[in-house]
Amino acid sequence: MFSLENLVDLPMIWFVVIATAIFLYILLDGFDLGVGILFPFAPTDQCRDRMMNSIAPFWDGNETWLILGGGGLLAAFPLAFVIIMPALYIPIIVMFLGLIFRGVAFEFRFKATGKARRIWDASFHFGSFVAAFMQGVVIGAVVQGIEVEGRSYAGGAFDWLNAYSIMTGFGVVFGYVLLGATWLVVKTDGETQAWARKSATYAIGFVAAFLAIVSISMPIMNADIRTLWFSMPNFLFLVPLPTASLIMLIIIWRDLHAEREIRPFLLSFGVFLTGYIGIGISMWPYVVPFQITYRQAAAAPEAQSLMLVGTIILLPVILGYTGYCYYTFRGKASHEHESAY
Amino acid sequence: MFENLDATFLARAQFAFTISFHILFPAFTIGLASWLAVVEWRWLKTGNQVYADVYRMWVKIFAVTFGMGVVSGVLMPFQFGTNWSRFVDAGGNIIGPLLAFEVLTAFFLEASFLGIMLFGWNRVSPKMHFASTIIVAVGTLISAFWILSVNSWMQTPQGFQVGQDGLLYPTSWLAIVFNPSFPYRFVHMVTAAYLTTAFTVAGIGAYYLWHRRHVKHARVMFGMAMIMAIFVAPLQILFGDMHGLNTFKYQPTKLAAIEGLWETQRGAPLVLFALPDQEAETNRFAVEIPKVSSLILTHSLDGEVKGLKEWPADERPPVAIVFWAFKIMVGIGTLMAATGLFALILHFKKRLFDTRWFQLWCMALTPAGFIAVLAGWFVTEVGRQPWIAQGLMRTSDATSPVIGTSIAISLTAFVVIYIFVFGAASYYILKLIGKGPESIPAAYGDHGVEKPPIVSDLVGEKGE
Ligand code: HDD
Ligand code: HEM
Ligand code: HEM
Repeated sequence: MFSLENLVDLPMIWFVVIATAIFLYILLDGFDLGVGILFPFAPTDQCRDRMMNSIAPFWDGNETWLILGGGGLLAAFPLAFVIIMPALYIPIIVMFLGLIFRGVAFEFRFKATGKARRIWDASFHFGSFVAAFMQGVVIGAVVQGIEVEGRSYAGGAFDWLNAYSIMTGFGVVFGYVLLGATWLVVKTDGETQAWARKSATYAIGFVAAFLAIVSISMPIMNADIRTLWFSMPNFLFLVPLPTASLIMLIIIWRDLHAEREIRPFLLSFGVFLTGYIGIGISMWPYVVPFQITYRQAAAAPEAQSLMLVGTIILLPVILGYTGYCYYTFRGKASHEHESAY
Repeated sequence: MFENLDATFLARAQFAFTISFHILFPAFTIGLASWLAVVEWRWLKTGNQVYADVYRMWVKIFAVTFGMGVVSGVLMPFQFGTNWSRFVDAGGNIIGPLLAFEVLTAFFLEASFLGIMLFGWNRVSPKMHFASTIIVAVGTLISAFWILSVNSWMQTPQGFQVGQDGLLYPTSWLAIVFNPSFPYRFVHMVTAAYLTTAFTVAGIGAYYLWHRRHVKHARVMFGMAMIMAIFVAPLQILFGDMHGLNTFKYQPTKLAAIEGLWETQRGAPLVLFALPDQEAETNRFAVEIPKVSSLILTHSLDGEVKGLKEWPADERPPVAIVFWAFKIMVGIGTLMAATGLFALILHFKKRLFDTRWFQLWCMALTPAGFIAVLAGWFVTEVGRQPWIAQGLMRTSDATSPVIGTSIAISLTAFVVIYIFVFGAASYYILKLIGKGPESIPAAYGDHGVEKPPIVSDLVGEKGE
């Protein structure tokens, strides 16, 4: 049957594709969730209307990257999917409950009046916060390793819960706040923008602190990671990563003060990218750290080949019309909403 | 508290609850998206404001239901992993790519163009807006295509071989995607979605006609819905019959449960009413018409139909649920076809829009489609038991290593939260219906984007 096995390194390509899909999810829904986390702290209700409007046409498309990341993991590395999902059952289900509250708020908030609107404000905020926090917990739990026996998860229901994963939870929350705030700098003006700028500068400090904690703790916790990072010549290749994030954070800080609009947002992407690559290198070549490599977890070559053809054809199309949507809704968001809403 | 509930049962209950909740929304949005495309086309073609009003009213209801479909759907593929990890481990090579294709071909398309459909009214040309509506409608159909292919493969698996490691390996993608029950299931489900929408729209149109409100708009809604009832409801009975014959061929156990037949026999009767008793392997209080089942299934009065006793007791589905869910679905299908017939008669008597009892009748049938869809899925899924993939793997062998307590708590959370969210959605939809199509100002859909500065913008700016 049709297979590209002999032409290309399928598991390797799929590792890159899935990693990219998950990363795009983190960036794109990251700023949506960040906006939600910042929501109640905005100075006025009009600011909040604008904040919501700035992401209303996009959030669904952004969340679809999560389905591609998860569905893609199922398809390309089923073994990893079936181990990670039961292992992280509780944080994943709680994350989805958060996403439900966040998602319905878009439809309900503008239809509600008076006190009822407060319910959906809260649903938007806490939904976003819980989803972001649980995503951080998932990352923290995965990097600490997962207990496996044979082909299934062998740990307990609460193995994911410890000080470290709670720390990464908060780390992701602040990271998303930075993304959300810099997005609002791009998409709003006036009072909302001034406030978003201020929020972004606060977030920078926290993000720097969490990045530092993660970078220091990972080598301490795991001997393999320690040798990976601190042996020559690896060290020389890897040192630019943390340096780059530091420099980018400084530039964002200065740009915000210089009232630049777009660069802080793009550079926040950069900060996430360096962090993500850093974690990726430390985990390599595992998809279920430190038990199952991407080769062991790979789906049959026939399955991976078929999907690869599909992806090569469809992904550019998807990126094309996603770009078209962002282009259609370019410019600053207004606070207005249709009165029937 | 949950000690005596086993994890498999809870995992099934949770999956059944969340998927039943999810399907309510696609069942409505698949039909509504296509209908909105037709309404918008009529509007562009005729320039008649009534169509624009109808579109604007229903696109808001569409937005709410679509949003609910998305938030309940995003969870579903992950639940394969959280609830059925051993099934995904074995079958991942096959169901994985199909789900991935659904994301790549449908979900991105729907999600992106939905933004333009809802908020792009003043941002893109009317033609582009119309194109977006069509794209969303097509997206919902593509979505149904892939997911029903997965589900049908679980009913009638083929196109694979079992490897030495016990995992399934694909041998023919065409055979997998177009497995024997898929074409029937796809057609029957899409038609079901169209009917569900038609009867919902008809019910609300009838409500306006009854109260003599928004009469022009109500005639559009009611009239278009009746066209569906006249032409599509009878077709659905035909498709359903073909679907049933397909089941007879490939899943005879399920079919025996549908018909409530325990003994293999020639000239099998049609069981109209019965209380199937799983333990005693017989029907109580049965009312039967002799030989009719054989006639329907084999097209001969004494064709052979296999009964449930043909299979060992642990390979039979829970008969009563399957039997009764099927009766409910067919009953509703018959009522729908009858509605079409009445509509046709009233149309020729020129009384379609002002027959009071018929308006009441249609109002009563507003939720009929949803009930039939749920009943149909209960037939399909419960009828497949004890298998998760027919003949390949038992549901009880498919469960994840997650403890019962975790599932019990999450199931409770889902029930509470879904009821709350569903209540809110219903409330806002009823409010939109209460307002009706006319009170909605012309410039729908511009929120979320900045327009050229107009007075309200400037006033707003000052207010900030
Ligand atoms: C508006 C909804 C609706 C209506 C009026 C009907 N159905 Fe249906 N039926 C469905 C909606 C549906 C469904 C939800 O779409 C199902 C569940 C899975 C599937 O493929 O379609 C289904 C399944 C389903 C099955 C199960 C097939 C299987 O899984 O093996 C059979 C045998 C029928 N239908 C037959 C009928 C007949 C004879 C009908 C005539 C009155 C009928 N249905 C009306
Ligand atoms: C089309 C995609 C669908 C897939 C892939 C799918 C798959 C599954 C799976 C894996 C299970 C668990 C095993 C089992 O208990 O049978 C299940 C059970 C179930 N599903 Fe589906 N399902 C689909 C659609 C639906 C829909 C739309 C409904 C709507 C009502 C539904 C209703 C149920 C019910 C009631 C059960 C529980 C059966 C039982 O425990 O006896 N399914 N389905
Ligand atoms: C286990 C089975 C199912 C899974 C895993 C699943 C998965 C999903 C996901 C992830 C979404 C959100 C997509 C987005 O973000 O835009 C969604 C929405 C949707 N699903 Fe499902 N789904 C299942 C069953 C079904 C069935 C049986 C149908 C129809 C026959 C269906 C049709 C749709 C449609 C049309 C949407 C778009 C939203 C809406 O119309 O409400 N799904 N589904």
